[in-house]
Parts: sequence; C-alpha cells; structure tokens
Amino acid sequence: MNKDQALFAYVARLGDNALILGQRMVELVAAYPELEEELANANFALDFIGQARMFYSYAGELEGSGRGEDEFAFLRDENEFRNFLLLEQPNGHFGDSITRLMLFESFYLLLLEALTHCSDERVVEIAARAEKEIRYHLRHNTQWFVRLGDGTDESHERVQASLNNLWQFTGEMLAADEIDNIFQAEYEGPDLFEIRKAWRTSVAAIVAEATLTQPDDQWMASGGKQGRHSEHLGYLIAEMQYLQRAHPGASW
Amino acid sequence: MVALVASREQVLSWLSEVPDPEIPVLTITDLGIVRDVLIGEELIVEVAPTYSGCPATEVIEQSVIDALHAHGISDVVVKRVLSPAWTTDWISAEGRNKLKEYGIAPPQQGASKRELLHVNRGIACPRCDSVNTQVVSEFGSTACKASYKCSDCLEPFEYFKCI
Repeated sequence: MNKDQALFAYVARLGDNALILGQRMVELVAAYPELEEELANANFALDFIGQARMFYSYAGELEGSGRGEDEFAFLRDENEFRNFLLLEQPNGHFGDSITRLMLFESFYLLLLEALTHCSDERVVEIAARAEKEIRYHLRHNTQWFVRLGDGTDESHERVQASLNNLWQFTGEMLAADEIDNIFQAEYEGPDLFEIRKAWRTSVAAIVAEATLTQPDDQWMASGGKQGRHSEHLGYLIAEMQYLQRAHPGASW
Repeated sequence: MVALVASREQVLSWLSEVPDPEIPVLTITDLGIVRDVLIGEELIVEVAPTYSGCPATEVIEQSVIDALHAHGISDVVVKRVLSPAWTTDWISAEGRNKLKEYGIAPPQQGASKRELLHVNRGIACPRCDSVNTQVVSEFGSTACKASYKCSDCLEPFEYFKCI
C-alpha cells in the first residue's frame, strides 16, 4: 500500500466510524425516556453524521473517481465499511449506550487531538472542528457513566455488566494496523501506542470515579478495521440504505 | 468579471443583511461565519460552518447565493472553510447585544478547553441579569444552545453555548 492509498483508507475509515455510530444513535431518536437526553442524543448523532460527511467528501476527492459522501454511505456493502466493531454493536439499554460512548469518545478525543498535529492540512481542519464537539459529548457522557456506576445497586450492577461486555471491543481501536502505521510514518499521524497509554489512564480514572471495576484484559475481538464485521452491521446498513436500494438514484 | 459590479466592502454589507436561519435575530456577519470575500474571475464567499452537523449550513449557503443574486451578481461560489474552526468568540459585540435583547444569554467570552470540560457557572439571565441561574438541559432547541432557568425572576431562557 502506498502513501496515497493509505491516506484515502485512513480518511474513509474515520468517516465509517462517525457514520456507523451516528446511525446507531439515530435509531434512538424519539426513544429516550426523557426530553433532555433525547435532545442530547439527537444533537450528538448530528455531530457524528456531520463529521462523516466531511471525512467522506475528502475521501471522495482523494480517490478521484467521482464518489462522494452519498456513495460512501449508501452504495457500499458491509465488507467495505471499516468501522470499529464497538460502534456497530446494538444500542442495548441506556447504560450500554452511555458506556459505549464513554469508551469510544475517550479514545476519539485523543485521536482527534493527535490528528490536529498531522501533516495533512484537510485532516487537521476536520479534526480541529470535530475535537470541540467531542469534548462536549465526552463531558456529558462521562457524567452519566459516573452517575449510573455510583447510583443505585441496580444501575451499578447493570452498567458494570455493560462495561464487562463492551470491553472486548476496545482492543482494535488501540491496535495499529498497516494503514495506521503508514499514516503515522508518512503524515505525522497519531501514535496509537501513546494514545493507548493515555486512554487507559483516562478510562481507569472514570471507571474508578464511577465505583466500578475495570475488566481484565481478556481476549479482544477484532476485524472491523479490516471489514470483517459482526452480524449486527448488516441489519444497520440494510435500514440505513433502504431508500437508495429501493429507489436507486432517488434524491431531494 | 464581478470586480466591475461591486467592491468587497459592498458585498460584505449586503451579506450583513442575511439572517441566520435558526436565530433570525442574528445576521451571518454578526455570527462571524463569513470569513472573507474574494473577488476575481468569480466571486468567492468563504463561510465557516458552526458545528459539523449543523443542518443550517446548506440553507445559509443558499441564502448567500440568493442575496447576491438579488444584487445582480450571478457568479457566486460559496466555499466552506474549516480552519481555523469557528468559535463563539467570533460573534460580534453587536451580535451579543442582539442575542440578549432577543432573550438568549450570549456565550461567555474566551472559549477555552477548560470551560468546555466544566459546567459553566454564573450565566446571567438575559431578562433580569441575575447570575442565580441553573442549567435545565445541556441542549435546547438547537445544538448550539442549552436551556437554563433563572432562580430569581423564574423565567426559563436559552444560553448560546460557548465552543
């Protein structure tokens, strides 16, 4: 893989992560038990969809074959998406959703900060925009995570189970593959080894404040970054792409 | 060549009449999102998006084109400029006054990382100026606002969040 191919793959993957998580959160619109969280979730989802659009537009320009944000979102199959497995997992209950966001955004914020120092100008610009948004999300979601962990016996027990269950999906976020390595070497990209250390420190502090127990490093699931997904992604994109598949080329 | 038709200052003054679609009391120049106007072969208006997913972005771009068409300029290109990223510090002093009069507490100056990580304190009620206020919801009618309540005059109000 050459330098240009790695840049394209790296940017498209950032778009996939933002889109798939955004779409998962869209599923919860009008399903929250209270208005405040309803608004928070919808606004957070909107930020992710907006970030996906910026990454996809840039990926399309890099590729140069005329594909744009809609083609990336609506005209690709499961194995072409390179999002983390963590992000395609079903929403579960409120504690599951909050735990997923806390784990991912603790990582994503560190990644975006590092991306603002890379040598690709456009990635720097998008990362600088997104970083401000994710900082706000993380504050909100961390407060909820702590409140649930340090809440009632039942909320404590349930969010501990969420953490235990989702922990297995955190490994691939933090493990560099060929694309990460080339992007780091050629574009002064993030060092996932450093990010992993910072992520562990920050998550350990949040988990401790929530009076929860951090799971042991068990077997880690992986494959999302290479296009090998869990069964859940297919259902998600089937719903997301329904309109374009039923009415190809439809627009408004 | 549009250079014959209008000067940069003239174009900026036309743009200062274009309202923001979600907070129409503000114009797009009050909001600070018009970054520059470049006049050459075609007229380029550089606009900074507020939030990545702001649904008003396309509407604003179309409003810019429509406003300049109304003044006889047909070749308009709206360019999205991401860097430097827009912050609420770019809202003009006049814009802040307009927000307050409209009943929206303007964002505090000096958007910093520290402020983003901690709950804001001392947001003044736009009606009675009391700082004895409390946050009701981190989100309001749009992504850029939070909902507050004044504990003195008891009125609910919106706060334009600092980013």
